[in-house]
Amino acid sequence: MVSYILRRIVATLPVMAIVALFVFSLLYIAPGDPAVVIAGDQASPADVERIRQTLGLDRPFLVQFGSWLWHILHGDLGTSIFTSLPVSTLIAQRIEPTLSLMAIALSLTVLIAVPLGVVAAWKAGSWIDRSIMAFAVFAFSLPVFVIGYVLAYVFALKLEWLPVQGYTPIAEGVWPWLQNLILPAVALGDVYIALIARITRASMLEVLQQDYIRTARAKGLGMRDILFVHALKNAAVPIVTVIGIGIALLIGGAVVTESVFAIPGLGRLTIDAILRRDYPVIQGIVLVFSFLYVLINLMVDVIYTLVDPRIRY
Amino acid sequence: MDRRTLLKGLAGAGGLAATGGLSMPALSQGAAARTLRFVPQANLANFDPIWGTQYVVRNAAALVWDTLYGVDATLQPQRQMVESEEVTDDGLTWTFRLRSGLKFHDGEPVRSKDVIASLTRWSARDPMGLMIKALQQELTAVDDKTFKLVLKQPYPKLLYALGKNNTPIAFIMPERIAQTDPFKQITDYVGSGPMKFAKAEWVPGAKAVFEKFTDYVPRQEKSSWLAGGKQILIDRLEWVVIPDPATAAAALQNGEVDWWESPITDLVPVLKSNRNINVDIADPLGNVGSFRMNHLYPPFNDVRARRAVLMAMSQEDYMRALVGDDTSLWKPLPGFFTPGTPLYSEAGGEILKGKRDFDAAKKLLAESGYSGQPVTCLVAQDQPITKAQGDVTADLLKKLGMNVDFVATDWGTVGSRRAQKTPPGQGGWQMFHTWHAGADCINPAPYNAIRANGDKAWFGWPSSDAVEKDVVAWFEAKNLDEEKAAINHLNKAALEDVVYAPTGFFLGYTAWRKTISGIAKGPLPFFWGVSKTA
Repeated sequence: MVSYILRRIVATLPVMAIVALFVFSLLYIAPGDPAVVIAGDQASPADVERIRQTLGLDRPFLVQFGSWLWHILHGDLGTSIFTSLPVSTLIAQRIEPTLSLMAIALSLTVLIAVPLGVVAAWKAGSWIDRSIMAFAVFAFSLPVFVIGYVLAYVFALKLEWLPVQGYTPIAEGVWPWLQNLILPAVALGDVYIALIARITRASMLEVLQQDYIRTARAKGLGMRDILFVHALKNAAVPIVTVIGIGIALLIGGAVVTESVFAIPGLGRLTIDAILRRDYPVIQGIVLVFSFLYVLINLMVDVIYTLVDPRIRY
Repeated sequence: MDRRTLLKGLAGAGGLAATGGLSMPALSQGAAARTLRFVPQANLANFDPIWGTQYVVRNAAALVWDTLYGVDATLQPQRQMVESEEVTDDGLTWTFRLRSGLKFHDGEPVRSKDVIASLTRWSARDPMGLMIKALQQELTAVDDKTFKLVLKQPYPKLLYALGKNNTPIAFIMPERIAQTDPFKQITDYVGSGPMKFAKAEWVPGAKAVFEKFTDYVPRQEKSSWLAGGKQILIDRLEWVVIPDPATAAAALQNGEVDWWESPITDLVPVLKSNRNINVDIADPLGNVGSFRMNHLYPPFNDVRARRAVLMAMSQEDYMRALVGDDTSLWKPLPGFFTPGTPLYSEAGGEILKGKRDFDAAKKLLAESGYSGQPVTCLVAQDQPITKAQGDVTADLLKKLGMNVDFVATDWGTVGSRRAQKTPPGQGGWQMFHTWHAGADCINPAPYNAIRANGDKAWFGWPSSDAVEKDVVAWFEAKNLDEEKAAINHLNKAALEDVVYAPTGFFLGYTAWRKTISGIAKGPLPFFWGVSKTA
């Protein structure tokens, strides 16, 4: 197992290199020029060109890419064109809110969606199953920003229970931290809850028709044990897979959620950087997210071996 | 279980896990009253007002850096850091003396050498600064508090240039910072203005913090825009960046922020209906909407095609698309200069007034030789102002029988594509939409968009000797009457040649909680004189 994990980590290097080349090329050919944005409306073409030179944007593609890669290999993600701050500093400033948001959304999702899916499968065809699935379809159809606005209106503006926007670091207290994240996490997790609930139900339905479940029932085992000990463990592989894949959904959703709730996370940093063509920041964030995603996939593969002993690497 | 019990329970559970405990970031009542939370119009992404010329940078910079002169609400430059000035009869030699007690945030006094380095950096980037630099024979320090500027020929607008509020403003920085290449960004934010920048708390895109500079010595006069006594009545100013307007509106209603600089028109009725919130016009100088046609390529290289568009366009359509049905927020603009300012002119504006004549416009368009070629129209969708104008223009052009190639894109792409002089089919363009702050349209000095000096002109590259002659006449004018005469000619010539198409004049709102007082209307948010009660 250890050698497998090491091999997988080594295998991420070419993946990251391909991602790096792809992102760099994409930004190079994309329209827009940060020098124009910096120079402002009053600038002459000569001013814009001078700024391009000072930023090194006038150099050939391969020179720019080589220089960037060289810095990456030395652990330097570069410097933001607009803020003159290191990209690593900007990411460090923003990673806590995003990870906090994703962690709470993910926890909510697993805590809500898996039991819902299990119950729906258990009561398949009943009004309970139909209600849960109707909720899933409804939740899946609602855009994150709509849910966000509705939640903010009800729980922040009308009931005044929670703040509308912002983020408080966990170091300043758990409740202030949580207070700012409850509404965004619910908004972000909503689609994900619907997805996982449906997958759980489908997977559980298949498992519940197996002979060993019938045997367990015949032995007089309690329904809770059958569902959560025997059936769920055997249905877990597809659920874990979708949870892993769904983290990509969460990353995408975080971009919108952070904008709606003004959370200073990586999602908002990404949008700001794209709108201003702050290339080093975009490249840095994509690399970090890609790396995270590769790691999550690795974790999912490892979890497979825990839930299904037949899987060995 | 009621809400309080639930919250207490959650807090208790959290407290067990948290090293930081349950300490709320609550401020004491006094501290809260001395902290103003402000939602700026945009993200403060950089903080060099010479290198980056965005308005949001200028607005923040006006807190941290002071100016030699400051333009007041009557648009006149008044002394600010300067105590006195002398000018020789020939208008060539200016001697300035700094007032006493001026200090930078690091405790160093402001000296003449700082002024010289700052003006040198500014004049490399500012259009008026470039003009002064071209006329400059000598800029030297006489002593620590006195400096001298010798010109080769008089420049009547010198004090205005040093005190204007258009970007880039002639801010005074310490010499060591001002010696930075004007095309490179500074990273040290020490100024001598009434507030200090808390660099350690800056999270670009989210938050910027300013603290009262206790050693600042304000002037004794009443403050008026960038002039007068900049009395800071708060200890701390937090700029909270909230990109989503609905969220900003909710935060203001909830009391999470105190002042929202630029609420969008759609949300103003909601804010007005809240008894805790004041809403008023932010800047009486407003904005001028515009679209520009490319004078280099058909069909708009022919003045008849440009005039045809002007004859057919309805400014009311543009303004209603921009600001809705609130007629107090807009007015037609049969000219180029800001309404309500001394140089406002409607000379030659008949083409934009009265009933729109589509038949005559179509006839003129046909005379120009237009026969259905695609017209590439760049419209940034991420800017509500450009999007609304673009939609109206597309409809207008179609009604005129033009074949519209509507390029829906983002502002960053428009920014680089509009600089392309290649033909429209090869990456170029024929039309794009924008707007100008009314403060930039009060006279030709900061008004690049009105220039018609061909290759050196703003995007679209209009060329008109008559317009340029009148611009020079304004710069050389010795009194207001001469200035007005020059501007009347200029307005007429610019409309005849259709330097660009003004779509109207519109205003914007600002909104603040009633716990805040002292907010002044102006082209930027002024924080001096603003106070807050708990």
